[in-house]
Amino acid sequence: MLYLSAFHHSRCYTLVRIALKQGIPIVKTLAADSVQKTEQGRVVNDFSIQVATVNGSGSQSSNNVLMRTIFQMGIPVSGKNLFPSNIAGLPTWFTIRVNKDGYIARKAETNILVAMNPQTAFEDVKALKPGAICISPVELKLNEVRSDIKHYQVPFTELAAKATETIKLRKLLTNMIYVGVVAELLNLDEKEIEKAVAGQFPGKAKVVPLNVNAINIGREWTRENLKKDDPYFIERMDKTAGKIIIDGNAAAALGSLFAGVTVVAWYPITPSSSLCETLIDYLHEYRVDENGKNTFAVVQAEDELAAVGMALGAGWAGARSMTSTSGPGISLMAEFVGFGYFTEIPTVIFDVQRVGPSTGMPTRTSQADLFSTYMLSHGDTKHIVLLPGSVAECFEFAGAAFDLAERFQTPVFVLTDLDLGMNNWMSDPFAYPTKPLDRGKVLNAEQLDKVGEFARYKDVDGDGIPYRTLPGTNHHLAPYFVRGSGHTEKATYTEKPEDYKNLMDRLERKFQTARKFVPQPEVHTEPKAKVGIIAFGSTHFAVYESRDQLKAANIPTSYYRVRALPFTEDLRKFVEAHDRVYVVEQNRDAQLRDLITLELPDMATKLHSIRHYTGLPVDAQFVTDEILKQEKK
Amino acid sequence: MVQTPSNPAQSTNRIGLTLADYKGAPSTLCDGCGHDAITSQIIKAFYELGIEPHQVAKLSGIGCSSKTPAYFLNRAHGFNSVHGRMPSVATGANMANKDLLLIGVSGDGDTASIGLGQFCHLVRRNLPMIYIVENNGVYGLTKGQFSATADIGSKAKGGKLNEYQPIDLCGLAIELGCGFVGRSFAGDPKQLMALLKAAASHKGTAVLDVISPCVTFNNHEGSTKSYKYAKEMETPLHELGYIPFYEQITVDYDPGSVQDVELHDGSHLRLKKLGKEYDPRNREMAMSTMLKAAEEKQFLTGLLFIDEKKPDFVNMMDLIEEPLSSLPESRTRPSKEALDKIMAELM
Repeated sequence: MLYLSAFHHSRCYTLVRIALKQGIPIVKTLAADSVQKTEQGRVVNDFSIQVATVNGSGSQSSNNVLMRTIFQMGIPVSGKNLFPSNIAGLPTWFTIRVNKDGYIARKAETNILVAMNPQTAFEDVKALKPGAICISPVELKLNEVRSDIKHYQVPFTELAAKATETIKLRKLLTNMIYVGVVAELLNLDEKEIEKAVAGQFPGKAKVVPLNVNAINIGREWTRENLKKDDPYFIERMDKTAGKIIIDGNAAAALGSLFAGVTVVAWYPITPSSSLCETLIDYLHEYRVDENGKNTFAVVQAEDELAAVGMALGAGWAGARSMTSTSGPGISLMAEFVGFGYFTEIPTVIFDVQRVGPSTGMPTRTSQADLFSTYMLSHGDTKHIVLLPGSVAECFEFAGAAFDLAERFQTPVFVLTDLDLGMNNWMSDPFAYPTKPLDRGKVLNAEQLDKVGEFARYKDVDGDGIPYRTLPGTNHHLAPYFVRGSGHTEKATYTEKPEDYKNLMDRLERKFQTARKFVPQPEVHTEPKAKVGIIAFGSTHFAVYESRDQLKAANIPTSYYRVRALPFTEDLRKFVEAHDRVYVVEQNRDAQLRDLITLELPDMATKLHSIRHYTGLPVDAQFVTDEILKQEKK
Repeated sequence: MVQTPSNPAQSTNRIGLTLADYKGAPSTLCDGCGHDAITSQIIKAFYELGIEPHQVAKLSGIGCSSKTPAYFLNRAHGFNSVHGRMPSVATGANMANKDLLLIGVSGDGDTASIGLGQFCHLVRRNLPMIYIVENNGVYGLTKGQFSATADIGSKAKGGKLNEYQPIDLCGLAIELGCGFVGRSFAGDPKQLMALLKAAASHKGTAVLDVISPCVTFNNHEGSTKSYKYAKEMETPLHELGYIPFYEQITVDYDPGSVQDVELHDGSHLRLKKLGKEYDPRNREMAMSTMLKAAEEKQFLTGLLFIDEKKPDFVNMMDLIEEPLSSLPESRTRPSKEALDKIMAELM
């Protein structure tokens, strides 16, 4: 890593000089090459933009304006924020993928770089492929670093001074100026930009013209001073009409809202915090009754141990309850979650995964909590884990999780990750739930009268799921005692071997019943495919795109996307039907592959592993290259 | 408000239930355990108050004390949670159903060590519940280790002296702004009864730290949590009387010597002075009196502090009248129009 801390104070130093001084080789390719390449043709609606800024510089608004403008012009986009674990000062990157075919996974390659951060500019430029574009402040002199890319150098400082007299605002407006530069170079629609700005600052009428003005200053300067000399263009399409842009955490929050969540207990942790924060905003908007009173309760707990304890206490007392966290919080919740499993109390736990263990990389993505959530706690425990692969499924599965938690009287996990949770994804609007809430087997006083008997932990229906009563039920049969110690069917204390074994067997029976109720997998079968791919969660979009790439390379593939644990019964059929099955996942230890191996031990040799665990979201090319490599063996 | 018992011939309370209706399973604790004495006072207090057992939720953590909810109020739901984390379960239960009368029983290990954080936050939120600490200064279930409330110099059964400063849970509760803090002794049923009843009528967290000697591990010479020591050292701050809301308040006292505290349900707590200028409404005085008592190795009992008007957790959450757990789908799932509106905002 090249740090250029002195750079701010001595602009006369160019990056080239610093690089030479530190012995870093300067990439020198013939400029003519790139120019020729770019003149060959137009690349329309298929490239990626990367904006490099300093964390905390307020660039998020401008990046959103840029992304939303393209989206409003009908072209599919996805936005990913790669940011450091820091409040302000460290480098951050925002990437916008523009793709006419609707691929929304991460693209590793950058085509247009907006290099606003002096600290990383050298490395950012170095990482580009020949022929890429670099938009940068003129004083960085990045043109001296590489000559095989197209440079657009802009006097941002000077233009920002024109945009405002307030020095405090200049930094923020500089960001809007690069929006103007990019807008002019890509030919973005002015009206759509204005709309995007207005959407970015709702209710702040004064701020909108100030930002639009800054964008126009950038735009006009570009028109007058730069000559468009690159192949990248935006042209209107109609592929985003009726679509929404949302992040997975907000989607899960909405899913919980429309699942009728009533008690929320949470403790802040990246990358899950925005899930409950968004939910709380929505609850205040949609769950206050006509007298201004809340029909929900929210607590920011003192830690994750308390958060899950509250969620369980509320679940026991009959409310739809939830908490959200990430890996370290999951670890802290372990004992209580095992207790919830054993005493059979419903609640929903969202785990927005980050890179671990411990602090790991808190702002980077991962799918490595699969083992730890599936079997969280000591002793024999197994949990229902839902694995949404899109923002739409974050919404849908949040609802399913509450139904399953109450149906099965157990903690249910929804496992997403930072990429899905915190990044922007294009999606069809979410459908209003058609099924009524499933509150499970709860007996009220009237029903107790009718049945005439009640044993809390008795398997009455043969599905492993007992009946429960809620505290406060006015009936002599209703009360029972929740205990984490060994208990009989009537919830009384026992250490009798057969009682304990019967209880554990029933819990297993209940878990087997769950196979039929959890979201079933998404299966795409190619009739002649010898290769199968299994994946889960946010890896989906990379796999989806990779399958097209593989098809183009003459390798048709079938696809089985696991959407929940326990596995459903058709998993065996899928593996049996293919010669080789690649399990694609974002963790080091091939956790999904290992779980499938436990499920289908006789199929183990068919299972091959593709693992991506850098902390960045997996991209299609990576999956394709890995499969091609293994297929050629 | 006084209801006629359904069968006056039998001994019943104002809602027609007998004392037996407030009992639980037989205790499995050691004979003579202070906890059992507290259990009988809970049974009696709830019987005498005529509390509907089904409206009560009894909760605990782990430890000898935490076994006791099984020994009272069979007709109430019970929750024996994990070690030290009963407060969070109680908080969740209260959020789901604010009409439940919560009674938590914990021990000095459960509250002052592993559960100290949750205890503090329960008090900080002023969760409406009776929180009883059955305090014996020792770990019983793991056979006699010192707990964090054991006094400096206190002797363990094996002769080991405790070297660490004890955590005074009442002092801590007052410091944290708890609106009802009382200390009592398992061997003082009259005072304990008055405190329990008042705690049940208090709106907010009512902390009762009850010295409850462990007959097996901490009832010997040199222990400051033994029956003998507590009996000798107990110094009541006042004589406590409780008058339930359904009984008429009679003015039979000399205003200078008696303080009457009206609780939120209209019940009264009558504090008769014992020659001390102690005002339990004065937080500063409560703190200084306790510090002085600790220095002088005095074992002060009674109502240490009360602020009966402090807003409680339910109040602060601004909830609807009915318990959240009883809401039908029509009141918890927003309409299709709401979703459509949100979707339009995201387009």
